[in-house]
Amino acid sequence: MAFIVNRKKLTLAEKLYLPAIFSGLAITWKHMKRALFGKGIITMQYPEEKWDKHLPEWYRGAPTLVKDETGRERCVACQLCEFICPPRAITIEPMEIPDGSHWRKVEKKPRAFDIDMARCIYCGLCEEVCPEQAIFLRKDYSITGLSRDQMVNHKDKLYEMGGVMNGLVIKWNEKK
Amino acid sequence: MQLTLFWFFSLLMIGFGAGVVVLRNPVACALSLVASFLALAALFVTLDAYFIAIIQVLVTAGAVMVLFLFIIMLLNLKAEERRRVKLSAMLGGGLIVGCFLELLSSTLSTSPLFSQPLPPLTEPVHSDVAMIGLTLFHSFNLPFQVIGVLLLVATIGVVLLSRQTLK
Amino acid sequence: MDDFSNFISHFFSPAAWTFLKTLGERLMSPIGFLIWTTFLKSTILLGIILGLVSYTVYAERRVSALIQDRLGPNRVGWQGLLQPIADAAKLLLKENFTPKNANYFYFRLAPKLVMIPPILVLGVLPFGSSLFGVQMTIASINVGAIYVLAISSISVYGIVLAGWASNSKYPFLGGIRSTSQMISYELSLALSIVPIFMVVGSLNLNTIVQYQVEQGWMIAPFWPQGMNWHALLHPAAAWQAIAAGMSLRHLLLWIPLIISFFIFFVSMFAETNRLPFDLPEAEQELIGGYHTEYSSMGFALFFLGEYTAMISGAGVITTLFLGGWSLPFIPDGSHGWVWGLINIGAFFAKIIALLFVFIWVRWTLPRFRYDQLMKLGWYFFFELAIVNIFLTALILTYVK
Repeated sequence: MAFIVNRKKLTLAEKLYLPAIFSGLAITWKHMKRALFGKGIITMQYPEEKWDKHLPEWYRGAPTLVKDETGRERCVACQLCEFICPPRAITIEPMEIPDGSHWRKVEKKPRAFDIDMARCIYCGLCEEVCPEQAIFLRKDYSITGLSRDQMVNHKDKLYEMGGVMNGLVIKWNEKK
Repeated sequence: MQLTLFWFFSLLMIGFGAGVVVLRNPVACALSLVASFLALAALFVTLDAYFIAIIQVLVTAGAVMVLFLFIIMLLNLKAEERRRVKLSAMLGGGLIVGCFLELLSSTLSTSPLFSQPLPPLTEPVHSDVAMIGLTLFHSFNLPFQVIGVLLLVATIGVVLLSRQTLK
Repeated sequence: MDDFSNFISHFFSPAAWTFLKTLGERLMSPIGFLIWTTFLKSTILLGIILGLVSYTVYAERRVSALIQDRLGPNRVGWQGLLQPIADAAKLLLKENFTPKNANYFYFRLAPKLVMIPPILVLGVLPFGSSLFGVQMTIASINVGAIYVLAISSISVYGIVLAGWASNSKYPFLGGIRSTSQMISYELSLALSIVPIFMVVGSLNLNTIVQYQVEQGWMIAPFWPQGMNWHALLHPAAAWQAIAAGMSLRHLLLWIPLIISFFIFFVSMFAETNRLPFDLPEAEQELIGGYHTEYSSMGFALFFLGEYTAMISGAGVITTLFLGGWSLPFIPDGSHGWVWGLINIGAFFAKIIALLFVFIWVRWTLPRFRYDQLMKLGWYFFFELAIVNIFLTALILTYVK
């Protein structure tokens, strides 16, 4: 159905444009005056000033591996993350936990755990799929390197970035 | 100095004038014409006729030729570039130009008016703009007004003709 | 003086000394003096203007940033003051690319044609009163004001040619728009300043400035008896002079002059392709318009040409309406070289203030639609300018 929009009849002041132009100029002037004294500027001076404090709780940064409170590697090298990773950024080489170790019953741990950050798309599927809650996306961003090799995070680096995560998984504890 | 400048700008003007005829690309022709007009303006400047020179640039180079160029660009004439030069046409054209030059030179050399140098111009009382204004509005006031009316009529005619709903 | 020259002459061989002496005499002869002072004036003015151009680009970026609550370029040098140099280095080192189907000769010619006219305009602007007795105008010609209009009317060629020679649709559209826009606004530009010629009675820009020194600026003609140093020392006399100058004629003439300032100012925006009239290079619709296909120095020349046009446009507005180099209470350069320098400073300060307004308006107003632009030019400014001329003529004839 055709519907005719009734245009508002403009007053003379509105037809002349001029009042609107001057009020616009007044607004920009106000902003400029405020910004000139450093107030209201929303620019972040990036390399000196980082996002860190402003990142939300749920931010998905670089994936990392974590240890539990006793210092045990949580990863059991089940390789689920390697399978689910859409860009195939994760490569895991499992090894058996040797006899006599305190955590022998866990049976497996990764010998090597590489995440190629040049391929990672920060989707967080690895974190979602991990049955041991061993891999987490932390808040690290702006990951750079001068070569492809430098872009690969090895196991040591991943643990260093991940740190310790308390609680959550208690199935390997003594009491159970 | 003035003679050197005269020859320089005359040659420039004739060279670009020839370019208008010789060049195949219509835009290049139009631009040659503009350059020719600019050289003509420079010739006026060497004669101390600043006002005429500036009006030459303002009206012909700045307004008329811009419109020409506008139309040429919009039409995008490609046919002109493809057209081949005919020898007979060139010879005919050359003949006419030669005849005209011969006529001109013979008239100039035989006319008694140009055999002795002209008397020097009287010192102007006002600047050239004021002189032109005085001449236009004192000596030629009626023709000037008539031309004004003529232009107005022409303008109204164009506006009428270019309206779509002409009944 | 003779002792001094005798002393100096010992350091040269006789032949060299004769040569130097004749050179000196040649340089101080009227024509020699004219040549070298003109050369010096042009060089210095060009240097100042080109420096001003690069820093206008910088100012544009900083001011736009401040208006939008940002910071703008502040990394290269203190507060980013060396940014223009970095930009220039970047542009010079880029590849100067010519598209395959472009018309090479005209494609390369166009940027130069954009850069030349605004620099030519500077030739007639009185950028100062006088310094050591030398008039601070490169060429004081009798038709200075129409010269400015003529030169600005041929500045469209570079843009049109760039649009055509690129052989690409967006530049072509930009070129077409630019042609029609410039033709439309040239009319109101030229007609709007006719009242000034009628009031002053001359087309010489120096005379127009001198008139404003004596009678008050065109947009504020309030000190008809001359506002000089003397007036500041004797305020009572100055007030009397102002009161005497507040005649009906002066106040009535103020109306058409303000109207003509308004038309000229707005038309200058259109003529220099600045927002809100930047249709030829509308980034959002034409990807930059006529200079889409240019890179490196070709692009830089377009960019600098636009800003030079802005500066010379501001210079013309200053000369015609804002009293040129004059400031109230400041004498001209014939009273001492310090005053001469202050006059030059005043001229450039006014230009910089106007440039700020240009930038300020650009970052406030949205772009006009094409038909609105044409309507404004042909239906409003053109008629207003003509009526304004008649109004001025009436006032000049009937109000004494």
